[in-house]
Amino acid sequence: MQIYLPIAEMSVNLFILLGMGSVVGFLSGMFGVGGGFLMTPFLIFMGVPAAVAVGTEANQIVAASLAGVMAHWRRGNVDFKMGGVMVVGGLAGSALGAWLFRELREQGQIDLVISVSFVVFLGLIGSLMLWESARVVLLSGSAAKRRKARRHYWVHGLPFKMRFHKSGLYISSLLPLGMGFLVGILASIMGVGGGFFLIPAMIYVLGMPTSVVVGTSLFQILFVTANVTVLHSVNNQTVDVLLALILLSGAVIGARFGTAVGAKLKGEHLRGLLALLVLGMAARMAARLLMTPQDMFTVSPLVGG
Amino acid sequence: MPRALAFSFLFALAMPFSAALAQPVVADLSSHKVAITSSFTGEDIVLFGVREGSGDVIVVVRGPPQTRVVRQKERIAGIWVNRDEMAFSNVPGYYALAATRPLEEIADADFLAENQIGPDSLQFQIMGEGDPAAFEAFRAALIRSHQQDGLYAVGAGPVGYVGGTLFRTEFYLPAGAPVGTYSAVVYLLRDGEVVGFDTTPLFVTKAGLGRAVYDYAHDQPAAYGFLAVLLALIAGWASSMVYRRA
Repeated sequence: MQIYLPIAEMSVNLFILLGMGSVVGFLSGMFGVGGGFLMTPFLIFMGVPAAVAVGTEANQIVAASLAGVMAHWRRGNVDFKMGGVMVVGGLAGSALGAWLFRELREQGQIDLVISVSFVVFLGLIGSLMLWESARVVLLSGSAAKRRKARRHYWVHGLPFKMRFHKSGLYISSLLPLGMGFLVGILASIMGVGGGFFLIPAMIYVLGMPTSVVVGTSLFQILFVTANVTVLHSVNNQTVDVLLALILLSGAVIGARFGTAVGAKLKGEHLRGLLALLVLGMAARMAARLLMTPQDMFTVSPLVGG
Repeated sequence: MPRALAFSFLFALAMPFSAALAQPVVADLSSHKVAITSSFTGEDIVLFGVREGSGDVIVVVRGPPQTRVVRQKERIAGIWVNRDEMAFSNVPGYYALAATRPLEEIADADFLAENQIGPDSLQFQIMGEGDPAAFEAFRAALIRSHQQDGLYAVGAGPVGYVGGTLFRTEFYLPAGAPVGTYSAVVYLLRDGEVVGFDTTPLFVTKAGLGRAVYDYAHDQPAAYGFLAVLLALIAGWASSMVYRRA
């Protein structure tokens, strides 16, 4: 069944969208990752304009992260103070990102920047995950111990220290502020929540306890993606609510199965598979940039003056 | 168009009043309104008409004028990057052409150019500065792109005769057809001269949920953004409730 997407201005098969939503939901449920860094490239590969893919994905992540935050909140796994500081940074970062996005769009360079960002980040995450799972599989699980959270001592020299009771930390507020800011930029430009960057940074740079990391990052992502949704709606009119809701319905179903399957299967093997998938997508993105295009010319609507 | 208008006006005056039709050529569409709904995947529109006496018919359907930027890619450090660009205004968002015989056999080049009939006659205007030397390449790329999207059907459909004076043709509006007011112009030519013409409008609008979403997003972008967030929050909350039960 074909459905016409009012903002993307294209007709796509409803079941393909639902299927894509559930596959990404399944993967995110299974691995506990956000779906943005998988979904945005999928949408772009489908032919959805990159700007619409980014704005719409931000909108979808609002829903996914609220569901996540509520689950973690019930278990008391959200450091609201830390999250709040990160939100402040995130709002500023996403505002800068949205402004950059519009400038780049007027210059005709936004597709390039989105693609390059995905190649870099997907490549990086994929390689790290593959390395991690290969290490564990090779050491046959037993000897594999997560390295203890490294303490960056220069970090403790920074001013504006704040006490974060939930995380048991007394650190400079500039750190979560800066991290939130960076992720805000990524959210605006790539349509991702940025958990893949935030979570390791919170563990290794801030030294937060792992139990509160996911809930707190989701808390920040919720506010930042909501801000990105509004900013993209105002600046670019590229948020397709219909597309977001369809993807979301798929994702909700997929995530349920994903969580169930993820609980049963051997994590490190699966992580390796996800790593290969992520690397495959990075390669596909890179190919689009490197291969000689069929047509040297592209046509787009005139944006701005 | 003014010249064609003057032409037909003069001709009408010169015509004997025994003519059966008030106009030498009359045309109409199978529908004047196309609603792009959520299930819209494209639509065939039939144009039919009556001509007086013999002659050839040319049908031109034009979509609303738009502005478009054409960018040329260049390889920089191994990556294909957009470099030179040229912006055009007065670009029809849709263009379809049909005729009873090949255009060059029906009319002379001046007439075709004057009325922007045929891909070579489309007169896009360059906005801002543009390198005149590169103009043709950019213009051709613009037409090529629209052709690939099914928006330009140039030199496509034939006009067929149903009976002696009845003719019909079809053109296809793809899913990506722009909204706005289209015009279908039908020319009747005899020995290379315009004997008459008729214009009939076509309104393409978004309808239903799709229209509401599109209009709201463009008219009230801030409110739309907040509503999008609100919907997502409700959806997220609802799915969280479902999980909790499970």
